[in-house]
Amino acid sequence: MKYTFSNRLKIGSYIAMGLGLVMLIAGFMNTPANVEEAKAMVAAAHSDGHGGHGGDAHADQTNAMASHDGEHAEEAAGHGEGHSASHDEHVYHQLKNRPWSALYVAAFFFFMISLGTLAFYAVNRAAQAGWAPLLFRVMEGITAYLVPGGIIVFVLLVLSVLHFNHMFTWMDADVVAHDALLQGKQGYLNPTFFLIRAAIFLGGWIAYRQISRKLSLAQDKADDDSNFKKNFRWSAGFLVFYLISESMMSWDWIMSLDPHWFSTLFGWYVFASMFVSGITVIAMVTIYLKSKGYLQEVNDSHIHDLAKFMFGISIFWTYLWFSQFMLIWYANIPEEVTYFVTRIEHYKLPFFGMLALNFIFPLLVLMNSDYKRVNWFVIMTGIIILFGHYMDVFNMVMPATVGENWHLGIPEIGGILFFGGLFVFWTFTALTKEELMPKRNPFIEESRHFHY
Amino acid sequence: MASHYEAPIRRPLVLGDKGYHDVSVDIARPVEGKANKQWWIVFSIALVAFLWGLGCIIYTISTGIGVWGLNKTVNWAWDITNFVWWVGIGHAGTLISAVLLLFRQKWRMAINRSAEAMTIFSVIQAGLFPIIHMGRPWLAYWVLPIPNQFGSLWVNFNSPLLWDVFAISTYLSVSLVFWWTGLLPDFAMIRDRAVKPFQKKIYSLLSFGWTGRAKDWQRFEEVSLVLAGLATPLVLSVHTIVSFDFATSVIPGWHTTIFPPYFVAGAIFSGFAMVQTLLIIMRKVCNLEAYITVQHIELMNIVIMITGSIVGCAYITELFIAWYSGVEYEQYAFLNRATGPYWWAYWSMMTCNVFSPQFMWFKKLRTSIMFSFFISIVVNIGMWFERFVIIVTSLHRDYLPSSWTMFSPTFVDIGIFIGTIGFFFVLFLLYSRTFPVIAQAEVKSILKSSGARYKALREAGQPLYTMPARGKIVEVEMDAGHADEPLPEVAMAGVSINRLLSSIGSFDTTKQTPDDLKKVKGIGPLMEKTLNKIGIFSFLQVSKMTTTEYDLLDSITGSFPGRAQRDDWAGQAKKLIN
Repeated sequence: MKYTFSNRLKIGSYIAMGLGLVMLIAGFMNTPANVEEAKAMVAAAHSDGHGGHGGDAHADQTNAMASHDGEHAEEAAGHGEGHSASHDEHVYHQLKNRPWSALYVAAFFFFMISLGTLAFYAVNRAAQAGWAPLLFRVMEGITAYLVPGGIIVFVLLVLSVLHFNHMFTWMDADVVAHDALLQGKQGYLNPTFFLIRAAIFLGGWIAYRQISRKLSLAQDKADDDSNFKKNFRWSAGFLVFYLISESMMSWDWIMSLDPHWFSTLFGWYVFASMFVSGITVIAMVTIYLKSKGYLQEVNDSHIHDLAKFMFGISIFWTYLWFSQFMLIWYANIPEEVTYFVTRIEHYKLPFFGMLALNFIFPLLVLMNSDYKRVNWFVIMTGIIILFGHYMDVFNMVMPATVGENWHLGIPEIGGILFFGGLFVFWTFTALTKEELMPKRNPFIEESRHFHY
Repeated sequence: MASHYEAPIRRPLVLGDKGYHDVSVDIARPVEGKANKQWWIVFSIALVAFLWGLGCIIYTISTGIGVWGLNKTVNWAWDITNFVWWVGIGHAGTLISAVLLLFRQKWRMAINRSAEAMTIFSVIQAGLFPIIHMGRPWLAYWVLPIPNQFGSLWVNFNSPLLWDVFAISTYLSVSLVFWWTGLLPDFAMIRDRAVKPFQKKIYSLLSFGWTGRAKDWQRFEEVSLVLAGLATPLVLSVHTIVSFDFATSVIPGWHTTIFPPYFVAGAIFSGFAMVQTLLIIMRKVCNLEAYITVQHIELMNIVIMITGSIVGCAYITELFIAWYSGVEYEQYAFLNRATGPYWWAYWSMMTCNVFSPQFMWFKKLRTSIMFSFFISIVVNIGMWFERFVIIVTSLHRDYLPSSWTMFSPTFVDIGIFIGTIGFFFVLFLLYSRTFPVIAQAEVKSILKSSGARYKALREAGQPLYTMPARGKIVEVEMDAGHADEPLPEVAMAGVSINRLLSSIGSFDTTKQTPDDLKKVKGIGPLMEKTLNKIGIFSFLQVSKMTTTEYDLLDSITGSFPGRAQRDDWAGQAKKLIN
């Protein structure tokens, strides 16, 4: 049975996109035009109580400045006139960065969902999983977003390279000229190579997605398993490419926002985040389609398995989070620990809140086996997990780009609405294109008989 | 668990014409039969190595750690390398039994028992090293948090070395419980088959009074699932904590955040290699080719390939980030690894762990038994070098150039390491003769869905209860090709005959002259004819018969069970040859 995009959902996605766009534009309009304005804005925000971190933000101001200068040595070195002038300049850049960062975090987050789904899809194909084939069309629908999502992220990176924003400080030639460490990294962190890499990664991922989708559809019409076998080979090959490219992507697109900081685990940590988000969305889309009367052969055991993955990968994510955090905290080496110092000082609520959302919450609610089969329960948990991982990306990006001037305000919510709307629109449009159930996958019967 | 339907394109996990009883017989055989000469040879070698190692340990403890090659700069070398190597090897057992159980991988059933045994035996080896390294092992209880009256200081909870004590002991306990739980129905099977009262007594003790009631099975499955759930985070935690021993430090080359997952991947990698090494031998020695099939070897090779690639990815990541970090000490540590005085160790590690598993991309290579065996040995060596590289190359270049030095092991270092290998094999060889080496109860649970016999019946559209027509040769995939032997129409099973002849040797009537088997007391003219029909013509063949062959013969002829053994045909035949 083919899926027809329900009008309500479609209109909902239009509204989300429209509203999000308006809010994003408002966010851009609201940035300061010069340093003086920036000062005024910060002062006004502080007297209001200022976002999540309340009144003591003022008291921390001096401490915060010290750590800022440690982290952004390039700024201090560049402006020798004294702390306050460089600080104002810094705040100005941060406020200018804010709508860009809001845009970037949301764009990356929804892109990452699609990429995580693609990885899960490839794993299932390469492992010849018997339970999953009924869900392959759903996954292919979600990965359809890889194309627009990937292009948008790429455009944002190009705009960064063209100095439309100041998110990646290493792209600023002035900054690099005063920074010995960044000069050492120039062989890797330079705008041209950066964009070439991004193009290769995106090209590879999108190519696999399109090839695999084509083979998957061709298999339905074929009278042998040759397409299925080809798909198996492509999937195995993709996973090798993905293993390498995903890590590099996370260094490029996220870790280099803090260009002095480094962590070998970072790539795998980002992977865990995208994997769990992708699986969560697969479960949510499947349950939605089931509730509309589609995918009737997908039973509670399939949902149960997806929920188990949500549970398991959430714990895996926590494991990697803990490994990264604990080792850096324990060794307490200044150039590394500054990353967590800024987050704990200025992002206390999102930093620890995200940990609760992504670990404690899934651990407690998904522990019970019966709950994993209750569809609405999985949806509710999924929303929380997705919000948690949005906050995870937020915590990875914002401290580097907007520093302590973070908010969860109009541009941030606008970014979520816009990309959320686009994601839903694109995914569900792709789902209408083909039959929701693969017909000739050799494992489809196993998937149909999947009960336990 | 999951439904019993299986897609036809899946290959059978139990080859040959195996019914439920065949599984029991095949798996009980090594336990019920007698050890052959090869077993005794290997066992003796292992025992000698073990005793040699024991001697070195006693020498170390009575003289002091100074007998090792450690020095002031490289104050951790072989001991910790061996420790990490053995702990790592232990990981595959739990991965196979717990993680693959959660992922419903049925192929694990043929290998989980031995993999878990390997886990337990290798964790025992690992545990020896910290205890020896204490210097005064009689004070080992100081690592436990006990009241101050027992020792002068309380343990340091900030130290990852202490976490290790807890992690490894927890791991050992859970693995042991998991292993034994799975063993209960299989011990009960051996108990129920046992003829001699002593064996019956022992196996009924070991099987904890397993009766096979529905309630037993229900509890068994529940406990297995809960233990699998517990063991999975444990697999991760153990090697994670081992990696913390290094990564919490501020030593360049040790302090890197990727260590925890990368150590776990490396551990699974080395563990699978060791399982591969052991099982390729065992399937041959114990005639288990029908259960541990080429497909199992292939799948293990794929796991080796995947984990090897993950480890490779981690090596490259470390190398790249060392450069990217801009920290001179990090950069030097890695440059020194690859090009310094220990370059040979680094490149051995790279070749063995990153390049060699890539051969497994080729189906021809990963289904070749000899090649798999070779690569498994290579990986075992490579993973030892990995630990050596990490530990020694990072230590031997101190922050203070005046203390730069090299490490060379003494005979005691080497002796203890070889001793643990001996100890490991002593345990494993004893296990292979006294334990059911395949989880037969589990294999039986998948026999109908994944056994070759039932798959063939299903394909032919026949009901699964159809018994194969005894009396004609049933084609089976066996290494020794005796299927072409001329066999008459007596009621007999082809499989058993093949097996019988492969162990006592065949007889070519066109070239050799048959002996008068009637000279053996207990063989009449009728029995002689039957034996001839089976393909037994000479005293030499009869003299090679042991309990196993007698049983097989009885199962083929169906007449006078136990008679051949009572009359000791083999003993008589031996005398008649001379």
